[in-house]
Amino acid sequence: MEVTVTINGDSHSHDVEPRTLLVHYIRDVVGLTGTNIGCDTSSCGACTIHVNGESVKSCTMLAVQADGQDLLTIEGLADGDVLHPMQESFRQCHALQCGYCTPGMVMAAVSLLDENPDPTEREVRIGLEGNLCRCTGYHNIVKAVLHCAEASS
Amino acid sequence: MIPAAFDYIRAGSAEEALAALAEHGDEAKLLAGGHSLLPLMKLRLATPAVLVDIGRLDDLSYINDAGDHLAIGALTRHRDVETSALVQSQVGLLAEATSHVGDPQVRHRGTIGGSIAHGDPASDLPSVMLAMRATLVARGPGGEREIAIDDFFTGFLETALGDDELLTEIRVPKMPDATWGFQKFNRRAQDWAIVGVSAIVNNGNSGVGLVNMDSIPVRAAGVEAALAGGASASDAAEAAAEGTNPPSDLNAGPEYREHLARVLTRRALEAAGR
Repeated sequence: MEVTVTINGDSHSHDVEPRTLLVHYIRDVVGLTGTNIGCDTSSCGACTIHVNGESVKSCTMLAVQADGQDLLTIEGLADGDVLHPMQESFRQCHALQCGYCTPGMVMAAVSLLDENPDPTEREVRIGLEGNLCRCTGYHNIVKAVLHCAEASS
Repeated sequence: MIPAAFDYIRAGSAEEALAALAEHGDEAKLLAGGHSLLPLMKLRLATPAVLVDIGRLDDLSYINDAGDHLAIGALTRHRDVETSALVQSQVGLLAEATSHVGDPQVRHRGTIGGSIAHGDPASDLPSVMLAMRATLVARGPGGEREIAIDDFFTGFLETALGDDELLTEIRVPKMPDATWGFQKFNRRAQDWAIVGVSAIVNNGNSGVGLVNMDSIPVRAAGVEAALAGGASASDAAEAAAEGTNPPSDLNAGPEYREHLARVLTRRALEAAGR
């Protein structure tokens, strides 16, 4: 089935099997491999991207469901060489260790601040409940999100 | 994990969806947000031959004040329910419980109708529907019919919806002055409830729904009867596991779930001011 999506501002059209998961489409067909696959069961959040501006787990969505939608992946977040404020905050606060969860964590965090620009620490922790960091580096991740919120206000 | 192959039909209207169901019968499954169905399909626990995508039926995404009840379109996303001022003020228990469904990403995609129609006893929202005595509206080839929530869940992941029917609306009685409690016990933030309880008290009438205490979502009828008889929260909660048949899994056996049901029911009732 023909699918046309906008990813990071660019239009992409491909003929895909209906059972193709969105994350596989993004990684294997379009070739944007910044979005990771972790648990593949919508638990870990590594595959989080934005669909029409909201965080979504792309392992639990079919590519055909995304037809006509506006997608943003981690590759589309920076403005050229200038990191997005959330990426910059993750860097400043050392909010990553192995880095595997980071793309999904950043995308979830950006969506979180879009909905709640001035969250409490507790709201950040609850807001990121859909993302797992197996390095258990949550403390600095939460710090980074709070730092970004403060820097943006 | 990739689902087994299927044919995909994107419905442009409820009528198109019903026509597809009429043609494909029990070979077809409706796809709304997909956050219950797709995980099952990836595990090949569900292998529908045809998926009818109703995710774009925007006319079934709404929250309306309908006098004595709120009318909520089946395709209203959890996020929209959770943040609706109307839901928060009129049926606060539903807003609270919805904010505990999955995680933010799941709530951006999952729908209230999809969650209820899935009929999973481990889901949070059916317990709310039981506690608040919601009415469901289904549309089929013969038109619309109402289904009382107590008649809706018929077996494990089975409901009173026919193969040719579409759940279109959830009607929740307005209870702006009700007091309520929602309790969900799990080991990790986003897990399914090991046991959950929705309790509401409105004008002296109570409703208590249980999560994960049987093969279908069930009402704690014994607790409701005890409360009607004037029992205290802690006395009434002793009846929480009566008549249930809790599942056993790696998280808990039946006896532990029965214990949790009593404890969580007491806490929910205390939160509701009983």
